[in-house]
Amino acid sequence: MSARARAGATAWLVVVYAFLYLPILCLVVFSFTAGEITTELDGLSLRWYAELLRDEELIAAVLLSLRVGAFAASAAVIVGSAAAFVLARCGRYPGSAAFAGMTTAPMVMPEVVIGLSLVLLFTHPVFAFLGGRGVAAIWAAHTTLCTAYVTVLVQSRLREMDRALEEAALDLGCAPLKVFFVITVPVIAPALVAGWLLAFTLSMDDFVLAAMLSDPGSTTLPVLVFARLHHGLKPEINALATVIVAVVSLAVVIANRLMLSAQKKRMAAARHAAGISPAGRSAVTLRDPDNRSEWIAHP
Amino acid sequence: MKRARCFLLRGHFWVGLLPWAWMLLFFALPFALILKVSLSTPELAVPPYVSPFVLEPGAALPHFRPDLASYRRLHDELRALGLAGADLQYLAAWGGSLLLAALTTLLCLVIGYPFAYHIARSREAARNTLLMLVMLPFWTSFLLRVYAWMSLLDSSELGLINRLLLAAGLVDAPLQLLYNRGAVLVGMVYSYLPFMVLPLYANLVKLDQRLLEAAADLGAQPWMTFLRVTLPLSRRGIVAGAMLVFIPAVGEFVIPDLLGGGDVLMIGRKIWDDFGPNQDWPMAAAVAVTMVLVLIVPIALLHRHGRANGNGAQR
Repeated sequence: MSARARAGATAWLVVVYAFLYLPILCLVVFSFTAGEITTELDGLSLRWYAELLRDEELIAAVLLSLRVGAFAASAAVIVGSAAAFVLARCGRYPGSAAFAGMTTAPMVMPEVVIGLSLVLLFTHPVFAFLGGRGVAAIWAAHTTLCTAYVTVLVQSRLREMDRALEEAALDLGCAPLKVFFVITVPVIAPALVAGWLLAFTLSMDDFVLAAMLSDPGSTTLPVLVFARLHHGLKPEINALATVIVAVVSLAVVIANRLMLSAQKKRMAAARHAAGISPAGRSAVTLRDPDNRSEWIAHP
Repeated sequence: MKRARCFLLRGHFWVGLLPWAWMLLFFALPFALILKVSLSTPELAVPPYVSPFVLEPGAALPHFRPDLASYRRLHDELRALGLAGADLQYLAAWGGSLLLAALTTLLCLVIGYPFAYHIARSREAARNTLLMLVMLPFWTSFLLRVYAWMSLLDSSELGLINRLLLAAGLVDAPLQLLYNRGAVLVGMVYSYLPFMVLPLYANLVKLDQRLLEAAADLGAQPWMTFLRVTLPLSRRGIVAGAMLVFIPAVGEFVIPDLLGGGDVLMIGRKIWDDFGPNQDWPMAAAVAVTMVLVLIVPIALLHRHGRANGNGAQR
């Protein structure tokens, strides 16, 4: 690449990252205003953060969102892993194509269609036993949506996995259930963790499903924020955004660090086991196509 | 029969029971209900429609009496297309949605392709961080990112962009930046850009460098190499990214609601209005059915290319 092309590439990266981050930066800066206007830095203060802590309606919404998110993510990991297992291991059977379509469809359907379909279910007189609209309905909707994402993540991990590990354990007399917990779960654990986190953030962030399925007693954070955005802007929302950005950034950086160090550890263990000195490593051994290093890291 | 018994014995049946039951109850059944309600008559009741299945006294099975009024309404608008003074609110909303979704997809591609390309070509140590920086806004609240644009584009002299323009002396009076199609387009591109960048990156990072070197060795100009080698090899990434942007963009209603004001009609918003304030659930359901039908083509495209995207780049 010529020097000019390289400069152009860097410039484009800078421009797009500015496009992605400047709006967020503005939110953060104006959260520290002492005045009432969301686009003016009228003296510096933490006034709106104090306001945030006193806002009981908002705190209740945050707590509800956290609760729904945690329960939906956990349920999605259970349902999604089971679905991934069926998709990756059961091969073809009558209805397998329909099942594959159903599990991943919520990912590609417009949310407003999924929301409408679930409202029709929860308000249908025959399905009154589901409890109608409310927190449980939001939880079920989020679980359905997130299950699709978890299924895709876990399924690709299961397909990459070396089946020989499980077969070896079975041959050595290990009970199938024990094989599952001692071999399979540790191997797919990264996908389970990633799936849970993704599901949690999806649920925390979802507005459309929550708004369509909420009743007066079940206002999640996005539903509340949406209502407030229609009732005039206050710097309090900037403060809320700043808190969310800070928490998410911290979590993403930490997760990234942990993932990288775990990866390095696995690579080192694999090299050690293969008896290759670090100097003599080749691209081929580093690629680790069957995740063989995985079981070395979890003996 | 034997296969079925094997299936049961292997325990897979029991593992599959939970996701099968869940998806039938919370995905397949609700979709059947959309179809049913789209054939119902609206009524002031809870829920606000009359089922098309009528159980008459003495009959063992209910009669099926569909009310096609909602579909007829859409059909009438289609027929009245081009007539002066015709009420074309649904058709106009469809047109607006498809146009905005197509423009959003195009802009995301134009911005996202060189962006993903340069991330994929940067040093290996930097790639991880650069990619994380693309994901980070995606993990923060979607509504609050739209809110950020509300204060940037604000049409009074307090809007951030208007302030900059006024201070620089470029304009005399604040510009009408918010509550129009342009504002919606900016908000949609901003929100959906990561959906385009990630599949493109996943595809471009696997591009075999030796192909580019071979092309250069054989005397191809850089732009020729791009057109003849890079672009065709990244086709799957482009299709996957484009569909990942286009599909949710067609149904989007939050961004037009917050940034578009009353004039920007979009079909997702029509569903929302018919479902909420208008209480015309059969109409909302009928529009949802047409939306699924329209989106089947892009969804099938995504399914084919998205699945192959994982290992298609090096073929």
